[in-house]
Amino acid sequence: MPYEFVLTEARGPVGIVTINRPQVRNALNPQTIAELVDALETFDGDEGIRCMILTGDDRAFAAGADISQMVDAGAVEVLADDNFARWARFRAIHKPVIAAVSGYALGGGCELALMCDLVVASETALFGQPEVKIGIIPGAGGTQRWARSAGKVRAMEAVLIGEPVRAVDAERMGLINRVVAAGAHLDEALRLANLIAARPPLAVRLGKEAVNHAMEVGLGAGLDFERKLFYLLFASEDKREGMRAFLEKRPGRFNGR
Amino acid sequence: MSETTHSTRDGAVLTLTINRPEALNALNPPTMRALRDGIEAAGRDREIGAVVLTGSGRAFCSGADLKDVAARLDTGEMDVGNDLRANYVPLTRAIRFCPKPVIAALNGSAAGAGLSLALACDLRIAAAGAQLIVAFVRVGLVPDAGCLFFLTRMVGLSKATELALSGDPLSVEAAQQLGLVAAVVPPDQLMSVALERARRLAEGPRQTTALIKRGLERALDLDLEQVMELEAQLQTLAARTADAQEAIRAFIEKRTPVFRA
Repeated sequence: MPYEFVLTEARGPVGIVTINRPQVRNALNPQTIAELVDALETFDGDEGIRCMILTGDDRAFAAGADISQMVDAGAVEVLADDNFARWARFRAIHKPVIAAVSGYALGGGCELALMCDLVVASETALFGQPEVKIGIIPGAGGTQRWARSAGKVRAMEAVLIGEPVRAVDAERMGLINRVVAAGAHLDEALRLANLIAARPPLAVRLGKEAVNHAMEVGLGAGLDFERKLFYLLFASEDKREGMRAFLEKRPGRFNGR
Repeated sequence: MSETTHSTRDGAVLTLTINRPEALNALNPPTMRALRDGIEAAGRDREIGAVVLTGSGRAFCSGADLKDVAARLDTGEMDVGNDLRANYVPLTRAIRFCPKPVIAALNGSAAGAGLSLALACDLRIAAAGAQLIVAFVRVGLVPDAGCLFFLTRMVGLSKATELALSGDPLSVEAAQQLGLVAAVVPPDQLMSVALERARRLAEGPRQTTALIKRGLERALDLDLEQVMELEAQLQTLAARTADAQEAIRAFIEKRTPVFRA
């Protein structure tokens, strides 16, 4: 399916989705969101792909929503459009998604990065939720994901003041995985994606589910959930292969079964 | 440009001159804005490979325009901290983030924020007889615009403390001994020496130069493991450039590389 605002590329086992609206700093209009989610879902269903990367260009990962499309919208229109149903599909993706961020990741762009499972950023990256400056608040998970990854007080500062943080500060506060030299973000994301791609796919998938569950439930329920997935993996061929390969001091050959 | 600064081009080298000799090139907001715009534009301009920053008249730059500060303090309209954030910080940042080498040609003394400006540059070439003055304490103020960062890293805490607490002038000859100044030359040769240095740097591999600048900047805050990882990232990018590939071939073929300017 041809897309207007995203580019897709399979590089070995890694599917790369690039937001491509440079003239508006990759602002996220409903069509762009629909396309990028669709592209990720397609890779998610592709047996040859083990991990996805979501990126923008050097100047912007994604600079928030298209304000020009929202300026005259009322509550009823926003509710009826149900843009958030598109975002919700993002959560149902099974394979890991790595955000490779350079430049602006603001508003919806920041929320999009934080939806990803890992975030790698160029030192030029800026993360922020400026919504408060225009009379709204983050609507695609910003308040919740900032609080969960960076903590309450950092989330309050981001959401109540709206000033962005630099990549080095975002790394320090646990918002992102790591900062790399300007221009090296995609290389680093590919390096990590290929490491993930070399791991047994079922273990990766259930590991992602288990960590995501930690954001949803109390510790006891989370531990119970983890235990069940742990037992489940003992039924896999990859577990037998992985353990044998370890004992025989050779790399494992995993088939995802 | 504006009347407070002017710019001249000499091949791939852009010279920005602070042009308020009657005020010893003191910095006011329009001057800082013009310098910042000039440096940022040079950073984007493919025709330019290096920038020289200098002053007209007998001073390089005497720092903040204290007449302007005093007048604004009297009216109660001034918040010095916000003035720094709005005017000085973006200028220092523009120099540090400029992907091209920025050389300060110190035609005369650099004092206060004028020294900060000189220290933010990548190299300093000075006219004999000029002085560097961490002058802030003389007017009851704290070094700013990056001065504390640059001084402590360039000369160490001990010397930085001595200079910042005393406000005593340092001759450029003494500054050269400390490594603060790359060369001291007779005043009438200053611009030709600075332009020649800038020209040589402008002829180098541009993308690699930018990567080295970024690496040096970040290396100051990282430990060995982090620096070696940073170097691996930067080297991956550098090795991919046409200039690096040309230079490696030229080395093997025992010839001088020709870089794409």
